[in-house]
Amino acid sequence: MRPLIWPSVLSALLIAYPLLLSTPFQQRLGALVLLYAIAASAWNIVGGYAGQVSVGHVVFFGCGAYAAMGAYAHFGLSPLVGLPAGVALAVVIAAVIGVPTLRLSGHYFSMATIAVAELVRLVVTNTGYLGAAVGLSGPTVPRNVFDLSFVSALPYYYLFLVVLGVTLLITWRVTGSRMGFYLRAIRDSERAARSLGAPAGRTKLYAYMLSAGLTSVAGAFYAMMFGFVDPESGLGILISVKILIMAALGGAGLLFGPLVGAAILVPLEELSNSLLGGQGAGLTFVVYGAIIVLIARFQPGGILTLITRYAERRGKAKEPSIVPGADHAA
Amino acid sequence: MSFVLVQVIVGGLLLGAVYALFSSGLTLVWGMMNIVNFAHGDFVMLGMYVAYVVYTVFGGGPLLGAPLATLLLATLGVIVYFALIRDIMKGPMLAQILGTFGLALLLRYSVFWWFGANFLTLPQNIVGGTIVAFGLRIEAARLLAGLVALLVTLALHLLLTRTALGSKMLAVAEDATAAQLMGIRPDTMQAIAWAIAAGATGLAGALIATFFYIVPTVGETLAIVAFVTVSLGGFGSVPGALVAGLLIGVIESLSGYLIGAVYKDIVVYALFVSFLWFRPQGLMGKS
Repeated sequence: MRPLIWPSVLSALLIAYPLLLSTPFQQRLGALVLLYAIAASAWNIVGGYAGQVSVGHVVFFGCGAYAAMGAYAHFGLSPLVGLPAGVALAVVIAAVIGVPTLRLSGHYFSMATIAVAELVRLVVTNTGYLGAAVGLSGPTVPRNVFDLSFVSALPYYYLFLVVLGVTLLITWRVTGSRMGFYLRAIRDSERAARSLGAPAGRTKLYAYMLSAGLTSVAGAFYAMMFGFVDPESGLGILISVKILIMAALGGAGLLFGPLVGAAILVPLEELSNSLLGGQGAGLTFVVYGAIIVLIARFQPGGILTLITRYAERRGKAKEPSIVPGADHAA
Repeated sequence: MSFVLVQVIVGGLLLGAVYALFSSGLTLVWGMMNIVNFAHGDFVMLGMYVAYVVYTVFGGGPLLGAPLATLLLATLGVIVYFALIRDIMKGPMLAQILGTFGLALLLRYSVFWWFGANFLTLPQNIVGGTIVAFGLRIEAARLLAGLVALLVTLALHLLLTRTALGSKMLAVAEDATAAQLMGIRPDTMQAIAWAIAAGATGLAGALIATFFYIVPTVGETLAIVAFVTVSLGGFGSVPGALVAGLLIGVIESLSGYLIGAVYKDIVVYALFVSFLWFRPQGLMGKS
């Protein structure tokens, strides 16, 4: 049961957070951290575990956001109805993008995803049905609870917490399965994984589609919380960048890495925005950039690897291995 | 062919030469070190701002701005190589992508913070007026930028293929360890490659600054142009980048003229994406 101690403590803290720190600002901050953690955890499946660094995940985020707002703006339905449509759309788009781009390796895949994301943004910006440059709005006055339009951030907080829990559960189940081992093998060396019989192409594609579907859920909730979506907030490349930085800062390929990254970067951004005002927007991303460069240069595994390494070292000192050659195998 | 169309094509070729110039820097680094500089477009952006500062502070034109931008960016390239690239090159892929991507954000938003998000332009007459030849009307600024970019790209090709330095660089690209055994320092050669690549972006930036809009986020668009050019022309090939750059310049100008200005980027990006579908190895690459 030992491995469950930390997740339980973490869950208890997350459940108690909005009750302990209960100002509207703190609750909203908490909800945003969880929302970005959902998106970053979704990215983590393909970007972290499989090592396919997608910089175009905002496309899927936008699918969810536009589907949720479109359901209201065009059909007068609850944005919630748009959510499954957004997920379906994201999964289909992921398959269409994934089939050609996942054949490409490494940097090439990242470049391709940037180009696709920018292409989608430009097309949407010029599509009247999707509100062009203005975007789409949700219900200004909620008609009932299913419009998911609340003044307080508290309902969002618990909603996002549940969704994050489900996302992490899925990630955990997937990474513990045969597919998870394939994904990590592909990240370490795709050629080696293939030669050992791992179906690399298919596995990467499934991971990409799963990741896309989950990202679009985050996008849908984002639009519901803010009540609107436009090309910048729903399809801007900076959203992709934020998502992948959070995962990488916390620890790409670690279950709780994205949550840790979001818990550091979201408050940082909100703080610098409120302290510095409009000028702060630029400075926030200067700091973001500096952080990424520093992680890449000095700690590519992310912050959590520092902690796990420390814990491992302590654990080893306490209970020395009695199996001869165990160190060698590790 | 209508007369306006010729005019549009010539304009596209001139812009395409500038695309070729900065893309050849990207392709050089990629070919030598197998690393993509995601900050490449932002290097061009820095070159544009150098030209802008040279004009607003010293009142100097491209004659002063272009060499200065080349020199400053080349220095930046060497610094970036030694401070960042040399270490992340050996690291995991995620670190390589994050490293240059972080650099891109750092540069883009430092400029944003300092200069603001406004569109800046240099005065129209900084490179005198319009030239009329064979009935074609060409802005002198575009003509100068296109011709200089073409010459420098060709010079770069000659440098890589006809000089001892070029041979040494190619040797390092082929096999760094073997090159080291022959008495070539891979570190020095790779730093020189970064100096050349970044210098080319600085020059390209200063050249297009005379007629392009100057804005911190322009690097993003230019980076994608460079990606398209390099993947079209084949990785590591300067002549490939030249042909592809000219082609993209023409396609962009034609689609801007025939379909509408807002669609010209869409056409270029769509071209890239369809290329990935059908010929991921590039226009001139082996299948």
